[in-house]
Order: sequence, then structure tokens, then C-alpha cells
Amino acid sequence: MADQTNNPIAFVADGNIPESPPPARETGVVKWLRENLFSGVANTILTVLSLILIYLLLKNTLPWIFNGVWNANSLAECREILAGKTGACFAVLAERWPQLIYGFKYPVDAYWRPNLAFILMLVAFAPVLFFDLPRKLLLFTAVYPFIAFWLIWGGSILVPLVALIGCVVAGGVFQKFGKNSFAAGFFGAIVVALVIWNIGGALIPESASENAWLSPVPSRDLGGFMLNMMLGVTCVSLSVPLGIALALGRQSNMPLIKWVCVIFIEFIRGVPLITLLFVASVMLAYFFPPDSTVDLFLRVVIMITMFSAAYIAEVIRGGLAALPRGQYEAADSLGLDYPQAMRLIILPQALKISIPGIVNVAVGLFKDTVLVSVISMFDLLGMIRGPILASTEWNGVYWELLGFASLLFFVVCYGISQYSQWLERRLATDHH
Amino acid sequence: MSELAIEREIDRSKMQVSDEIAIDINGMNKWYGSFHVLRDINLTVNQGERIVIAGPSGSGKSTLIRCLNALEEHQQGSIVVDGIELSNDLKNIDKIRSEVGMVFQHFNLFPHLTILENCTLAPIWVRKTPKKEAEERAMHFLEKVKIPEQADKYPGQLSGGQQQRVAIARSLCMMPRIMLFDEPTSALDPEMIKEVLDTMIELAEEGMTMLCVTHEMGFARQVANRVIFMDAGQIVEQNEPEEFFNNPKSERTKLFLSQILGH
Ligand SMILES: Nc1ncnc2c1ncn2[C@@H]1O[C@H](COP(=O)(O)OP(=O)(O)OP(=O)(O)O)[C@@H](O)[C@H]1O
Ligand SMILES: [Mg+2]
Repeated sequence: MADQTNNPIAFVADGNIPESPPPARETGVVKWLRENLFSGVANTILTVLSLILIYLLLKNTLPWIFNGVWNANSLAECREILAGKTGACFAVLAERWPQLIYGFKYPVDAYWRPNLAFILMLVAFAPVLFFDLPRKLLLFTAVYPFIAFWLIWGGSILVPLVALIGCVVAGGVFQKFGKNSFAAGFFGAIVVALVIWNIGGALIPESASENAWLSPVPSRDLGGFMLNMMLGVTCVSLSVPLGIALALGRQSNMPLIKWVCVIFIEFIRGVPLITLLFVASVMLAYFFPPDSTVDLFLRVVIMITMFSAAYIAEVIRGGLAALPRGQYEAADSLGLDYPQAMRLIILPQALKISIPGIVNVAVGLFKDTVLVSVISMFDLLGMIRGPILASTEWNGVYWELLGFASLLFFVVCYGISQYSQWLERRLATDHH
Repeated sequence: MSELAIEREIDRSKMQVSDEIAIDINGMNKWYGSFHVLRDINLTVNQGERIVIAGPSGSGKSTLIRCLNALEEHQQGSIVVDGIELSNDLKNIDKIRSEVGMVFQHFNLFPHLTILENCTLAPIWVRKTPKKEAEERAMHFLEKVKIPEQADKYPGQLSGGQQQRVAIARSLCMMPRIMLFDEPTSALDPEMIKEVLDTMIELAEEGMTMLCVTHEMGFARQVANRVIFMDAGQIVEQNEPEEFFNNPKSERTKLFLSQILGH
């Protein structure tokens, strides 16, 4: 054995090694290109193929877009202006813009009303979506549905007012009685609301809507992208709470509630949406009192809401199942009652896990609102397929119109998906 | 598990047992389906007692203490906690739960809330304590378990030992009269066990009524005034720690002690 000072294993650093820049080949654009695009024969071939594909795509679409004609009165006129060159006929968008957005029957001088409702919607959603904002703003969110209803449908302001009063009083009843018994509060609130709505409805004079500030617009005059937005926003807002209720009901210890929820979810998930929409358009009237002409818009909202609520319920059930039992036990052991445990401990975590799934359903639902064109409602797609493409001027302008529709939907859906990613990052508390 | 050396002197002056009965279990039986987990349990715990429950795995220790705050239902016999009989009445159950603190093996902190919020949640919602007061009390108990500086972090950012101390503070914020511990140190690394045990010893020194399922026999020797040995769902032996460790009566206890103390 060698002596101790020459021991090859023992080692003590005798100073700090100075910092030095990395070699040139390892930084910057060259390194990135080499690692990401040309890191082998196969990858190089794929890179080249992709470049060729992108080139071909752009070569054919760019002239079409940049040669586009924006000023013309018909497709024939577009063709004349283009004189044989490739080019789009965007003039249809310019000319039919109001129809694409608002439908073809909504009164032109009332366009400001849905516009205002849209802007107010952004304000109303802000405190829900970005919870760092002051909680007081939620008060506006609570009255927004009534304002929006009045703006879009117009008519007597008494109608949304009575509806609002009914909701407020019902909320008060629930607050007061729900503390002792959830069922008493819940059913008491429903009864009170129904009574107020009926009495209020009877008290509103028939002529109230004739000399109203805002001229009444019937539901069948709604259309265009506005209709898609209205359906999407209403149904998503309604189906998330309904989905939560269904998911909790499915977990319930009470067999009756449990089975009602299970059957509802399984039945709805087993039926195509389009079938439900047909049911809404022709059959649902049977379920309402014979003399009540329940609005088609409302019927469609009910169907789409039920449909997506069933899916959201299943997504949330997954989130609930992913929580360890210990969370329920800890909440119980601290003396929280069931509603408190759910609201403060279980749902915040389960919903956080479920965000990607819920967003998936929401995006799907929003796009599915175009299905209402099948039951002859004139939403964006209904407008394109119906009045616009059928007109003599614009017969045959498929790409421009459908491209425009895709763009509108894409913008909204991309926005939703970006928001959900932000939300997930914002809520991440486990590692950082 | 080895005996953990607890260096400091333990102040037994306040650890006095009063005559007041904290928990009274009478002829209690419990089944999981047809499996008889707890058999004819009779146990009376006075206010201020520190009881350690030991026994082999699957003997029903967890089940027993979980019955005390109705996390599990018992099917026969009676359990009276702090003068309130445990029945199916939800009001009674919530009342008892708010008087009885529980600390779990896996901490079960709420990961979406900060440490401070974990501690103030139940006082605010169950006891209706004003937020400011609840926060002051939470900081008081966090100081007591020696982690006030972590108050604004999330549970996921803390070590296991720190999390368990937060869990203890969270229970204490409800000002419970009885604390239940279910193997509070078994999920921890050895160096963290000591910090949690220290916290529990301090609690004992202040006269808290404690029921503790644990394999820390050092803790049992120094803090408990009674050790209960369970096997196959029944209480096999109970005695003062000195007698229990030095002079076990039943064969099953002897076998268990020889295994756990590694002789
Ligand atoms: N939810 C349940 N359903 C059916 N059997 C159960 C359930 N929970 C526990 N058991 C059984 O009851 C018995 C007692 O379990 P318990 O958890 O009380 O044991 P323990 O003494 O705490 O054991 P350990 O030291 O491993 O924690 C075990 O045999 C276990 O398999
Ligand atoms: Mg156990």
C-alpha cells in the first residue's frame, strides 16, 4: 500500500474553479438549429419536407388572401375585378357583416343593445375569472343576467325586475331557513320565487311592452354570431353549477338523489345532442303547461345545458375521486358540516383538478352551438348556409364565409384555452 | 422502533388528572361488514390523562380512536365524549368534532390553503370567530409549534415534520378539550420525529387530554400515564407505563414488547 498522502481516493478541492463562457458551438442560433431541426438524417429529411409543405401552403393561400376583393356587390362583380387572378371575395363579409353578427332580423337601430350587453358581459365576468379583483364587483355579476336580458330582448323593464326581485327574495329565504335545514331553505326558496314570478307576471300590464324604452325583440329574430355567443355563455354559466350539483348528487349517501343523478347523467350522455335539440324544437312544449309558449331559445338553452352539465358532472366526479380520503376526514374532524366541507375544502381542490376537462367541455359546447342551425335557428352557420349562400349575389362564396366563421370560433376558443392555462398556473400551490 | 431519547426534563407539575370524565366508552362493538373489528371496548378517560394506545398492525387502534369523533360509526355500546353521547344525530357529531382535535398519520393539511388559512378556516366557519382574532390565535399556536415564519407558505412547501406541526396547530386553534393522535410520527424521517414529539410533550405538559396511537415507546414511558395494549380488536392490557414495560402481564403483550423493543 502506498502512503497516506498519495491515497488516490481522498480528495480536497484547493480553490474555486473560475467561471468561463460556453464554447461557441454550444450557444445561439446554430446550436438551436442543430439540436432541434437537423439532429440526424431522419430529422433533417423531416425538416426539409415540412419546409416544402409550409412553402406550398403559403404559396397558394397568401395570394388568395392578399388579392382579396373587399369592395363589390356580388360574387360576379368580384370575379370581374379579379379578372382571372386568384383572389378571395371578402366583399361578402364587408357587405353582410351585420347579418353575420346579429342575424338578419334584429332591428338595425338596436345593434347598440347587444354591443353594450357584450361589453357589460366582460365587466361581469372579470371578477369571476380573475379572483384577485375586488369581490364587490360580484354584485354587478349577479344583476348582469337581468340587464343583459333586458338589453337584448327589450320590452318592459318590469319583466327582468320581477325576475330579479323573485331571485333576491328566494336568496333571502334560503339564507334564513337553509341554515337549519338545507331542504327547507331550498324548497322554500323555489316556492317563494315561483309565487313572486306568477304574481308579478300577472301584475305587469299587457301593454307594458308596447311603449317600453327598448322596443321588444322576439327570440326568433336573434341570430348570427350573437346567437352563438348568447347560447355558449348562458349554457356554460348554467351547466358548471348544474354539473357540480350532479357530481355531488352522484356521490350522495341518499339513494334517491344518487339514482336520480346517475340516471340523468347516463341518459343524457347516451343521446346525441342533435336529438336533444330536435326534442327541444318540437317536443319539449308537451312538458310545459299547454298555454305557455315557452320560448325556443329557452328550450334550446335547457337542452344544451343538460347535455354539457352531464359531461361536466363526470369530469368533476373524476376530480372528486382524485382527492385523498384524508381531505374529507380532516374537514370532518374539524367540525365542518357538509356544505362547508364541500365549498371550502373539497370543491376548490376537485375543481382545480377538473379545469382542463371542464374547459374541454366548454369549448366543445361553444362550438356545438352551431348545431342549432339544424333546427332552423339562424346562428352564424345558419346565416351562412341560409340567407347568405342562398342569395343570388353571394351564391358560391364558401371559403371566405366558412373561413370567417372558423376564425371567430377559433378566437373565442383559443381565448378560453389560454385563460384556463393561466388559471392552472395561478392555482398551482404544490411546488414552487 | 428504538426508544427515542428525550433529553430535557419533563415538567409533570401541570400534568394532573382531574376527576372529570372526558371520554367514557361502554361495551362498544364495531363491525366492518361481518368482520368484528372492535370487541367489547370499555374505557374511561379522565380530563388531563395522556393515554398511549399500542398494538400490532390491524389490531383496531385507528378504528378505535376514529370512533371517538365519529369518523367511523360504532354499532353497539355507547361512547360519551365530553358529556355528549355519540349518536346518529348530526348536530351532536359536529359539536363533538369541534371539541375534539385529531392529528393524522399523513397530516391531511389542505393543500390549496396557506398555513395560516389552514389554521383559521375551522375557527372562522365553525366557531364563527372574527377573522382577525382567528389569525392572532393561529399565529400564537404556530409560534408554539415553532413555525410562525411559514405562515404564508403552502403545505407543499414544508417538510413532513413541519407539516405535522402545522396539523397540530390547526387542531389546537379550535381550542379542543381532547386531542387524538393516530400515529403522528410514522410517516416521518427520524430527525423529524423528535420535533413533532417535542410539540406533543409540550402539549401534555399543559394538561391536554391526549389519546395517542404510537409506536414511540420512549414517548409512552415519559409522557403517558396509561398505556393500552390492543390486539385483535380488544383491549388486552392496560397499565401505568413503568409496570406495562417492565412487568407485562399477558403473553401477547410480552411478545409485542419483545418485538417492538428489539430485545
Ligand atoms: N374501511 C374498512 N373496511 C373494512 N375493513 C377495514 C376498514 N378499515 C380497516 N379495516 C380493517 O380493520 C382492522 C383494523 O384496522 P385499523 O386501521 O384500526 O388497524 P390499526 O391497529 O390502526 O393498524 P395499523 O397499525 O396498521 O395502523 C384491519 O384488519 C383492517 O383491515
Ligand atoms: Mg392505524
